[in-house]
Amino acid sequence: MEPLTWTGNLSFLTPILFLSLSALGLSIVAWMVLSVFGGLRASAQGPYGAPALTATPDGLAALGVRLSLLAVVALVVIHIAYGILFSTSGGIIGGMARLMLPVWVALALLFYVSITFKRRLGLYGKLFDSPIGMIGFGLVMFWVFTGILGALDLIAPHDSLAQVSGMKNKVPGTPVPGAGEDAGIAAWYLLGGDNLARDVFSRLIDGAWVVVQIAPLATLFAFMVGITLGLPAGYYGGRLDTVLSFLANLVLAFPVILLFYLLVTPEIVATGLPQYIGVVLFAFPLIFAGVLLHSRFRTRPQANVIWLAVVLIPGVLGYMSMINEAGSKIDFWPIDLFDVPGGILVVFVSVVFVNSPTVFRIVRGLTLDIKTRDYVAAAQTRGERPWYIMLWEILPNARGPLIVDFCLRIGYTTILLGTLGFFGLGLPPESPDWGSTINDGRKLLAIYLHPPLPPALALLSLVLGLNLLADGLREESLRD
Amino acid sequence: MGLFILRRTGVMILTAICLTFIVFFLTNLYPNLEKLAKTEGNFRMSDEAVASWLDKNGYLQPVAVKYGQWLGVLPGWRAETEEGITGRCIDGPVSAEAAAQAPRFCGVIQGDWGYSTRFKDGVWSIIKVRLANTGYLMMWVLIVMVPTALLIGVLAGMREGSVTDRSLSTASILTTATPEYVSGVIFIAVFTSATVGLKWFKGTATSAMTEPTFENFFLPVITIALYGIGYIARMTRASMTEVMTAQYIRTARLKGVSFPNIVLRHALRNALIAPFTVIMLQFPWLLSGVVIVETLFNYKGFGWSLVEAAGNNDIELLLGISVISVVIVLLTQLISDIGYVYLNPRIRIN
Repeated sequence: MEPLTWTGNLSFLTPILFLSLSALGLSIVAWMVLSVFGGLRASAQGPYGAPALTATPDGLAALGVRLSLLAVVALVVIHIAYGILFSTSGGIIGGMARLMLPVWVALALLFYVSITFKRRLGLYGKLFDSPIGMIGFGLVMFWVFTGILGALDLIAPHDSLAQVSGMKNKVPGTPVPGAGEDAGIAAWYLLGGDNLARDVFSRLIDGAWVVVQIAPLATLFAFMVGITLGLPAGYYGGRLDTVLSFLANLVLAFPVILLFYLLVTPEIVATGLPQYIGVVLFAFPLIFAGVLLHSRFRTRPQANVIWLAVVLIPGVLGYMSMINEAGSKIDFWPIDLFDVPGGILVVFVSVVFVNSPTVFRIVRGLTLDIKTRDYVAAAQTRGERPWYIMLWEILPNARGPLIVDFCLRIGYTTILLGTLGFFGLGLPPESPDWGSTINDGRKLLAIYLHPPLPPALALLSLVLGLNLLADGLREESLRD
Repeated sequence: MGLFILRRTGVMILTAICLTFIVFFLTNLYPNLEKLAKTEGNFRMSDEAVASWLDKNGYLQPVAVKYGQWLGVLPGWRAETEEGITGRCIDGPVSAEAAAQAPRFCGVIQGDWGYSTRFKDGVWSIIKVRLANTGYLMMWVLIVMVPTALLIGVLAGMREGSVTDRSLSTASILTTATPEYVSGVIFIAVFTSATVGLKWFKGTATSAMTEPTFENFFLPVITIALYGIGYIARMTRASMTEVMTAQYIRTARLKGVSFPNIVLRHALRNALIAPFTVIMLQFPWLLSGVVIVETLFNYKGFGWSLVEAAGNNDIELLLGISVISVVIVLLTQLISDIGYVYLNPRIRIN
């Protein structure tokens, strides 16, 4: 087997790609500089897309940006399409594009369906009116699909823990010794081997699953905690507010890393402290759901009982299975449906713990603002109970900023997970998550670049996608 | 105003006491103490030997009592053994007369921060050196970060929706999406490694502690600064766009004041109130960034000592570091609160 080059048969396109990339960079800079000094801006394009004679310099620069961006995008698409069709004859990039085929299909389907029905999909559909939001959503869904499909074993060519002798720190595109002709793409380590001779590309894919599993769920739990405590704090005010705000500020004043070091070390885990915190934090979604339903159906006892049973019985079962773990401090429940794998629970708890005070502050602020509105006064006059007003009048009207913050916070949680991995806290040392991989790779960074760079760029692109998505959502929700 | 400051200071002291107690409680949990006994004494100690060692060294008292002693509001413990009197404020076993000479209180308030088992030195002398190193790093970070971020924010915010605005906003989103451990790794890979071959800077900042140069100090500074720049710039931009739509700006424009004059003389002052708070509240963030960057670049400062203390179960040093970082965070919050009231005439006059 021959070692692979980066672009294989398409290598003749590489100079063109670099040329258009530098053209893009130059034209953006020129555009910015000119637009700072420029006055009125006339379009550089006439009615039929032809260059207009009245073009100003910054208009020309704008045209340059558009054309070079188009060239870059076209070249990238050519590389991916060639890779999907001809696999490794398109080099490493071709091989990766081929392995990612399930992700491309899922993304294309999702975008096709969403854009077709976007007028009926509310805020989600409006996202497809904003280019920024679409790019962000695409990046996020790319990693989500990679995580999910990777966990279904549809992408990664190698086992992320398997070590192949002779592949230690090998550069990208090195063939695996002893691989047969029929091995297909698995005959190479596409992004090289790490310092324990494992496939960097497969670890990257499996690491995406760790993030996709933990980050959204942890953020959701933090929101449940923040909402359940923030609504009454803002609505009632007074002593309750003072106490809760003081507690929130207490957690916020802790430097995050110190808190992690205090919560996630093996000695503290042995005392069961993170588990006890989990017992408290994981109860909040149940309380939230219970109060939400009860306040709505209070006047209709029959519907109330059915709804509460449907939601709370599985909820309590899940809650009990989650906090119970055979052999740990909390081990009393006979039915333990699932075990959360080692370390993940602790990481989950500490991430929720760090995030919820900020959510609390946001919800409290929004509640303070919204409770002075007329529709709240109307509900009070109608004689609605306080919790009904909080959950069914105030909360739905605070959804805009909360959804935006939710997206941003998933990104922040991803960064936190990476930080934990970077310091080797919580997750097992062989875990393929991006933070741990960056930490493993950084010691030999001066000699071998390829192990830590892919997870670093992956994390960067996911968080960037979430930020852009939040920006797009903010723009679209303000337009209402 | 005086009452406000007094109340804020009171809350701050209460918070500091609560936080240090939490840290004290967590670091003094039994498994931690057991590990301490084993590293200080002998790794093969039996459970009884561990308990007796801990008892002899005063670790088995109630947490509240130990906390009081560590803080210096309760008299330090004393015990009589065959060799003489030992105690918290006494070095080794001494005779009864010498023990009578020793101070009764020795805690943080009296300036006795304890002894670091990792560095074999007094905690305060370690913190002093490390904090000076980090302070120097932070100074350069602020020098780079604040003017850049404000400039970007003001440029982006003065014409909302313009090309400059859109490209600078995208750039600041990009920097907020790059945590320090990602940008640090990328910078080291691109600018210091043999593979890329640029080798403009040094990949470690160890030598920067004694003789900082542009070559060994620029990368750590820019890595911390970059993450903060985006955030502060976005806040400045938001505040600037709000000010630029205000009525007095419209009046100034209608009066015929030139655009640079409007930005510099009318808008800037009011637009900078909000970023001031944000910059002060960035400090807890910077502290996290410092820990990551000091570990990544092997710059032996405050954050590096935090990692070392936590990794080696150095209880007293960890406590000392927590106290300092909590105090820094709370002080910046206080300054930000007071500064906001002072800068904002609408609140000041009320």
